[in-house]
Amino acid sequence: MDQFTINLLFVGGSFALYFGIAFWARAGSTKEFYVAGGGVHPVLNGMATAADWMSAASFISMAGLIAAGGYANSTFLMGWTGGYVLLAMLLAPYLRKFGKFTVPDFIGDRFYSRTARLVAVACLITASVTYVIGQMTGAGVAFSRFLEVDKSTGLMIAAVVVFFYAVLGGMKGITYTQVAQYVVLIIAYTIPAVFISLQLTDTFIPAIGLFSTHTESGLPLLQKLDEVVRELGFRDYTADVDNKLNMVLFTLSLMIGTAGLPHVIIRFFTVPKVADARWSAGWALVFIALLYLTAPAVASMARLNLLTTIYPSGPTEQPIEYAERPDWVQTWETTGLIKFEDKNGDGRVQFYNDVPAFQDEATARGWEGNELVVNRDILVLANPEIANLPGWVIGLIAAGGLAAALSTAAGLLLAISSAISHDLIKGSINPNISDKGELRAARISMFVAILVATYLGMNPPGFAAQVVALAFGIAAASIFPALMMGIFSKRVNSTGAVAGMLAGLISTLVYIFLFLGWFFIPGTASFANTPDNWLFGISPLSFGAIGAVINFAVAFTVSSMTPPPPKEIQDLVESVRYPQGAGGAVDH
Amino acid sequence: MSDHTTNAEKYWQANLRLILGSLVVWALASYGCAILFRPLLSGIHIGGTDLGFWFAQQGSILVFIGLTFFYAWRMNKLDEEFGLQE
Repeated sequence: MDQFTINLLFVGGSFALYFGIAFWARAGSTKEFYVAGGGVHPVLNGMATAADWMSAASFISMAGLIAAGGYANSTFLMGWTGGYVLLAMLLAPYLRKFGKFTVPDFIGDRFYSRTARLVAVACLITASVTYVIGQMTGAGVAFSRFLEVDKSTGLMIAAVVVFFYAVLGGMKGITYTQVAQYVVLIIAYTIPAVFISLQLTDTFIPAIGLFSTHTESGLPLLQKLDEVVRELGFRDYTADVDNKLNMVLFTLSLMIGTAGLPHVIIRFFTVPKVADARWSAGWALVFIALLYLTAPAVASMARLNLLTTIYPSGPTEQPIEYAERPDWVQTWETTGLIKFEDKNGDGRVQFYNDVPAFQDEATARGWEGNELVVNRDILVLANPEIANLPGWVIGLIAAGGLAAALSTAAGLLLAISSAISHDLIKGSINPNISDKGELRAARISMFVAILVATYLGMNPPGFAAQVVALAFGIAAASIFPALMMGIFSKRVNSTGAVAGMLAGLISTLVYIFLFLGWFFIPGTASFANTPDNWLFGISPLSFGAIGAVINFAVAFTVSSMTPPPPKEIQDLVESVRYPQGAGGAVDH
Repeated sequence: MSDHTTNAEKYWQANLRLILGSLVVWALASYGCAILFRPLLSGIHIGGTDLGFWFAQQGSILVFIGLTFFYAWRMNKLDEEFGLQE
């Protein structure tokens, strides 16, 4: 059986499973559509949250980013897990006690203002749409590879699948399919990693293999990797970072962004009790960690394997000849995600870091520029092929990557559609809309969101994980502070909250647009996106943390100059703080 | 009612202390050991690199898991102690 058929079998089989579950558990009422009737066990909810959470960015892109950046990109590992600590302590239990459907529900009620609710809807939609772009890009990469089509076609196929998948079930369908998706994606991620760890270090747990001895050279794996990359002009894999401020702020942005992402928060509305919301956050983190502890091992091992493939006799010897390149390079070339150009005409694949500091050495070796461009997003998908693993492992990882992208895209689309149909239309424009009309509006808004995301996915402002990081900056600067102040302060009033959210959102967006293009339209950036131009060395991706500080500062200042919230609002704040008397998610 | 209020206030204070303590550990593991204090910890070797690298790629995640479960366990106990459980 050829690889294409195997891929089709794995991907088709897993899809049949998800659609089957989505159909079996399809939502009847609006309440089921949004929050699964409020009766999901914490462990299952944790697993579904993990699937919701671990997107194309985690599954497909993250290891590639870590492989490229080494220690410097550990920020993704810490940022995307550390947020759960904040979520567990600062938001989840109280929002569960509050007990309504959506994040704007809480902000609208707590800040007793339709404006606050609308601003929350705007922040939510901006963050979620940006995030969906990352998912579509990732799913596009996965589809393009396993269907052997170019990237844009892959993206369009992904859009169609995501749409049918997301409109079929609401939260309930998604909760149970997401449990299934978690299982598929974690198996798909772990199995190749175990094989590769065994090949390289004789250790079958990848997370331990990362700090073990490289069997072939007898050196510690990371030391071996450092030596190989140094020979080719790259920074040491474990090298420390000079700009620690930016590293701290970036990690912080990812963390508070995680805690502020509506599709994650919405998960905690689906557990029966406040106590369960706390456990759910813990379980989610455990299931997420299973992948996140493996990812850095995958990253370093894939980097080493890739370089060994190109320099079979070591980095100081000649690289392979282009004509003798392995099959996987050829298949990825058809997707356009690996590109080769024989600059010095010697028929060999020179792959190195083409920087001025390495210029002399490169010239001495007769190299006239780096000849191989490998898209970072393909690393995890190509990993089993690079390591010569059997065909079924490759099929499995294709299924896993798609599970990750689809589950997150579906969760996000649900958050977007509920924001539009529930918060915008029912909450503001037409309060008398019927259940049926609300569901229809939800499905139409999903369709529009997918169109926008697909367009932007074709012209993305960065790699999947970086696009996603932008979404975090926005969630960090707008939603998280508003929610936290709503729970921990009785003094912050509606004027303060609205001013704070707007200040946080706008400052962050402007800073991002200045460097990455206005509204992400290519070619409209005001400054080149280089560290020299950044304010205090803070990258646009790290600015969310600053935006959050601005949000808090503005909200407190404005609130202190305006009257405190009315008594019933202070009572509401009081009531969310204590678990006693949390009913089910109430309709209203 | 006033009795209930002071009880509730004590519960909230206990919660805030617990959160604060947990967040100090949270920050020390990630921003401290993994980033800012990495140069100070560079003398401690682990598998071909140093302790700070381990914290950045694995240690902090393990600390986060420990913290969320500790908080859930402790808070659920506090709920009962103060008679505020569901």
